[in-house]
Amino acid sequence: MIRVEFLGPIQKNALEIEITNLKELAKILQETPEMTEWLENSAVAVNDTIVTSLDIELKDGDKISMLPPVCGG
Amino acid sequence: MLNIYDGALDVPKILEDWYKEESTSNYGAYIPFIGTVREEDGIDGLSFDIYEPILENWFNVWQEKAKAKGAIIKMAHARGDVLLHKSSYISCVFSPKRRVALEFIDEFVEDFKASAPIWKYDLIDGKRVYALDRSTAIKGSGILGVK
Repeated sequence: MIRVEFLGPIQKNALEIEITNLKELAKILQETPEMTEWLENSAVAVNDTIVTSLDIELKDGDKISMLPPVCGG
Repeated sequence: MLNIYDGALDVPKILEDWYKEESTSNYGAYIPFIGTVREEDGIDGLSFDIYEPILENWFNVWQEKAKAKGAIIKMAHARGDVLLHKSSYISCVFSPKRRVALEFIDEFVEDFKASAPIWKYDLIDGKRVYALDRSTAIKGSGILGVK
């Protein structure tokens, strides 16, 4: 099971889903209307490390985070 | 050192604490940056969400960069609401000589604005309004939207 968390202003509860890579997650989220506005501008982290490619295999227990645009300070 | 506080920062105390912590460390320069919430566009203040695991990783990378220059950094940030004229963010660099600290605080704060996982909201009539127009997409954003 993979946990997907949506951070900051993304108003969506975490998901627990059976996927094996990020391409599967992309497909699921692209079919979720409420996520459309966030997919183009959010970063993705796997186990708290930001990734820049979808070519990443996932294993049971991994945590994915979606990080929308930031503005600290 | 990275500290997260609930609500506005106590600026004099934090600056004094940091000063005392390093007063005998033989640093020649102590350069702080203090961010204060300004009155603009009718807001009552700002509010912040923070994702600490990635913030700590990001901060540790910068601490290592500082260490390579013989310097150290410290940072404090508010979580939740911060009203007008209060501080939400303080960071500083201690270094043996001033030039390193002056240059480093600039690079560090710029990357902080672009990369640190913190989300800002305007407080307007008691509601939090996400400040999307002032926010920056983290490097590498958008990969899940590629078809």
